[in-house]
Amino acid sequence: MCATCGCSGGAVIRLLPADHDHHGPHEHGPGHEHGRNPGQDHGHSHDADHGQDTDHVHIGGPAASDRTVVLQQKILAKNDALAQRNRDWLRNRGVLAVNLMSSPGAGKTTLLERTARELAGKLSLSVIEGDQETALDGQRIQAAGAAVVQINTGVGCHLDAAMVAEGLRALDPPSGSIVVIENVGNLVCPALFDLGEEAKVVIASVTEGADKPVKYPNMFRQADLVLVNKVDLLPYVDFDVRSHEADLRGISPGALVLQLSATTGQGLPSWYDWLRRRTPAPRE
Amino acid sequence: MHELAITEGVVEAVTGRLPGARISCVRLEIGALSGVVPDSVRFCFDLVTEGTDLQGARLEITEPAGRCKCRTCGSEFEPDGPILLCPCGSADVAVLDGQDLKITSVVVA
Repeated sequence: MCATCGCSGGAVIRLLPADHDHHGPHEHGPGHEHGRNPGQDHGHSHDADHGQDTDHVHIGGPAASDRTVVLQQKILAKNDALAQRNRDWLRNRGVLAVNLMSSPGAGKTTLLERTARELAGKLSLSVIEGDQETALDGQRIQAAGAAVVQINTGVGCHLDAAMVAEGLRALDPPSGSIVVIENVGNLVCPALFDLGEEAKVVIASVTEGADKPVKYPNMFRQADLVLVNKVDLLPYVDFDVRSHEADLRGISPGALVLQLSATTGQGLPSWYDWLRRRTPAPRE
Repeated sequence: MHELAITEGVVEAVTGRLPGARISCVRLEIGALSGVVPDSVRFCFDLVTEGTDLQGARLEITEPAGRCKCRTCGSEFEPDGPILLCPCGSADVAVLDGQDLKITSVVVA
């Protein structure tokens, strides 16, 4: 058991320098209001963070020396409050945020590279990229034309709402655009942390085997959309599409399932339609 | 292993609500459907509380069972494990209980 994993205190968050021309998807459109960023006032105003808790403290118990203090406080209350702040901010600005999750190597970055290239000039896309170390994935996506904030979580195994607030502040996404939050590759921990996203998208690649939904039900239960990636490799791997879909139906009956290949481009128009339908119109 | 972050959240929440108080016992509720493993929280607790006002505190965890209501047949049931399947075969279920992750109370020494 890794005793250090899970610490989110040492995250490094930085906007990757824009060393490419400003055109297409990441051009900052009108209507980005400074001073209303979600990260602006987090971290110090703990009163506000506790605003959604059951905030009254009962002090009782018979022994005067040993007081029981009833808290009835959600452990994730602080994260949930920050996530809600992110969500409100994103909605006010008219930005679609998607939390993209999968195991490592399922194709999150490849999908985003291709999406950034193919939607250039049609939809504005930027990315908050979460990895334990390196800016390698962020650089790949940036080279494809999207603005990227890289978050290195260090020993942390997931992104949390405070990191995303800071990432949004650095990214400053224009109204009417899409922010994809590429979570740390992990099918366990990210399931627990609300980031303030509008939708959760989980990638399941055919090379991982068809049993992932039943092995990681917490992750798949919350998915709004499941992307079955690498379908171009189906002839070469032992992946039962039907049992995968049946298991998925048994865990997340409401999730939409799309088959695609981020490498060959098969099935990608449905993914783009899904994004387009959810992207708000720019606000003035 | 998000349990370390969860346990850090417990310490932060308790010290935030009761600054400076020496805590001798922390009582948590970790629902069976919360996605958090109580044993991992126990493992992390001593590590995380070291040097804080919670150091040496006893950790008591209650684990409420999951409870679901089937949207297809209407019956309530206790799920068998983390896959929420009604005995009637439907997966279209609402979770009624067992998802909570709460600090219920603490004892101040």
